[in-house]
Amino acid sequence: MATAQPQAKAPPTVSKPPGKTGRRPHSLKKLNPRDRRTLILMAVIPTILVVGLVWLPAIGSVVLSFTNWDGIGDLSDIQFIGLRNYTDIVTIYPPFWPAVKNNLLWLLSLFLIFTPLGMFLAVLVDRELKGSRLYQTSFYLPVVLAGALVGFIWQLLYSRDLGLINAVFGTEIDWFGNPDINIYAAMVANGWRHTGYIMLLYLAGLKGFDPALGEAASIDGAGPVKTFFHITFPVLRPTNIIIMVITFIDALRAFDIVWIINQGRNGLELIATLVTANVIGEASRIGFGSALATLMLLLSSIFIIFQLRIMVKGDQ
Amino acid sequence: MSHPKPALPLPSFTRRTLLQAALATAGTVGLSACGGGGTGGSAPTSKTLTMGAYQGDEVPRNAFKAMVEGYQGTAEPKINFVDHETFKNNINNYLQGNPDDVFTWFAGYRSRFFAKNGLVGDLSDIWADFKGFPESMKNASSTPDGKQVLVPSTYYPWGVFYRPSVWKKHGYTPPKDKAEWLALCEKMKGDQIVPMAFAAKGGWEPMGTFDQLNLRVNGYQFHVSLMDGAEAWDGEKVRNVFKAWDEFIPFQQSDALGRTWQEGAQSLLTEKTGMMVIGMFIGQQFAASKKADDLDFFMYPEFDPAIGTDAIEAPIDGFMMAAKPKNKDGAKDMLKYLATAGAVNRSLKIDSSVIGANSDASQETYSALQKKAVGVIAEAKNISQFLDRDTRPDFASTVVGPALQAYIKKPSDIDSILKNIEQQKKSIFG
Repeated sequence: MATAQPQAKAPPTVSKPPGKTGRRPHSLKKLNPRDRRTLILMAVIPTILVVGLVWLPAIGSVVLSFTNWDGIGDLSDIQFIGLRNYTDIVTIYPPFWPAVKNNLLWLLSLFLIFTPLGMFLAVLVDRELKGSRLYQTSFYLPVVLAGALVGFIWQLLYSRDLGLINAVFGTEIDWFGNPDINIYAAMVANGWRHTGYIMLLYLAGLKGFDPALGEAASIDGAGPVKTFFHITFPVLRPTNIIIMVITFIDALRAFDIVWIINQGRNGLELIATLVTANVIGEASRIGFGSALATLMLLLSSIFIIFQLRIMVKGDQ
Repeated sequence: MSHPKPALPLPSFTRRTLLQAALATAGTVGLSACGGGGTGGSAPTSKTLTMGAYQGDEVPRNAFKAMVEGYQGTAEPKINFVDHETFKNNINNYLQGNPDDVFTWFAGYRSRFFAKNGLVGDLSDIWADFKGFPESMKNASSTPDGKQVLVPSTYYPWGVFYRPSVWKKHGYTPPKDKAEWLALCEKMKGDQIVPMAFAAKGGWEPMGTFDQLNLRVNGYQFHVSLMDGAEAWDGEKVRNVFKAWDEFIPFQQSDALGRTWQEGAQSLLTEKTGMMVIGMFIGQQFAASKKADDLDFFMYPEFDPAIGTDAIEAPIDGFMMAAKPKNKDGAKDMLKYLATAGAVNRSLKIDSSVIGANSDASQETYSALQKKAVGVIAEAKNISQFLDRDTRPDFASTVVGPALQAYIKKPSDIDSILKNIEQQKKSIFG
């Protein structure tokens, strides 16, 4: 049974250095000194970078979240204020709970609409109908755009007075200014890009799918829909896992489109924009922003742990 | 169709050689980046004077360039232009890292805060020789303990701006007090014009309206005290400000939360709206539309006869010196030049949406609007700077800005909004 090679970033649980398969010896002692040195360097240098640039600042953020530091002056002048930042965030900081709600909405939209849409498009493109290369390119094109650029492009479409959508339909809807609908408008803009990304990942997986299985199914009388749900989908489990991970991470990390629109205010609050608004800029509420960032870390951890359990349970 | 795995098309290369080459390249690039970052771009001489400038839009940028061009001293100025919002947002890191010798900034809480934390240089010695700055300017440029840290350059008033040609056509006249103003709004509404253009997308625009109302309803001293965190936001006085604002809500442009001030100015130009509470920088939009002459303003009318209209909001922009400049003498020399009337005249020739802080600045090139602004400010007893310059920035941008937007979204929520501001204020100010 052919399994698809993950062609995008590997799932976060991979720990073996790249290039080593089951055929080479695992023990370091059996390698010659040059190989051993190279191996150690290849493992140590990225580890130092990750620890230094990711873990230490993350721990630093968590520590700072218990202070009210404003970014100026000596580290020795920092005052610890305990859990006050956290209680403030949860009780008297108005944008926080709307931000949590919006993050969850973002996650749901990606999970229920745009990721399945991407997978569906991949299946269609995989059938190699006439012009499928054109479709493939045009669906994937938004992915190469930076989030900020996507936000800017959709601003031109969504602008209340000068935008294309209102001009074509003759409406006067304030897409980005109306707090009840702007989060949905932003999600559509994000989904436009996200769909192409998922489509390409799934397409890569589908290319590795053994056609013999599909033929076997059609011999047994299964239509294309049944074939997909009962054969293709389960067989592509590794690809599905990657896609799930990417969907989760992108949903919880959503930031640039919303920031470009209006810095995450007035209905477009997301936890990432709250962190940025507090930490970066003249506001410089580093302690408070770090508390928000720590809460974001906790929220993401809950989801990732939940997902890892599904993965591990499935593997057994 | 499953495809066979393609063979690596480079038979003479082993993977090992490729990886070694990649490591070598990465190492070289990394080392050169480390080395290059320290010295920066072109080799600086001892005469180079770095200047950080936040003029993002074209007109202010050209105005500043013209101003620096007139410098006759020995230092060689090198201007680093940065986008306005980016510069303001990164100011903390900028000052604690590697700031330029001289940089643009403004008067208010923040400049005093920098001085208190030792992030900017003391300019009291060159201030002693400055000519043309009234006492109010000197006070605005000083720290509480009397040291000057800012060289004022330009400023501009906030007021209610309108187009005289459109008003003449409909027979409108500037109102003197609140009752007249409300009547005028009714008249405009009857003429199918939205009386007040209104923008609130950035969160800071409604602060202008709040400041003006607070100055008129409660007076200058209360406003200063409120900005310092010494007054209750959910008290009766602030509540009265919003009671007054409620009366104007029916006359303000709807959907303000998605509108930028530039779009608001455009609505004035297309005669959709009658007037706008904004700063004189609206002139930049009018200049771009070639209607610069068709702009006038009136002072925010009187709301309480006991308080009158002697307070005006006029933010002051200027220059500061880094705490440890690389070229201290050059910096002070340049600042002495920038303080002169001659320097600001060069800037004003290009940017007519501001007026010179130096009273000796030539008024020859001033438009009627600028001359009026000079007169209005000269008559004012008290000058405030604008909410986000008068109070702590972490309070202004993260609390008051979103709160005002929430009020505009749903004015009836004002009581809970004010209570929440008060709670957050206590948490931030301590």
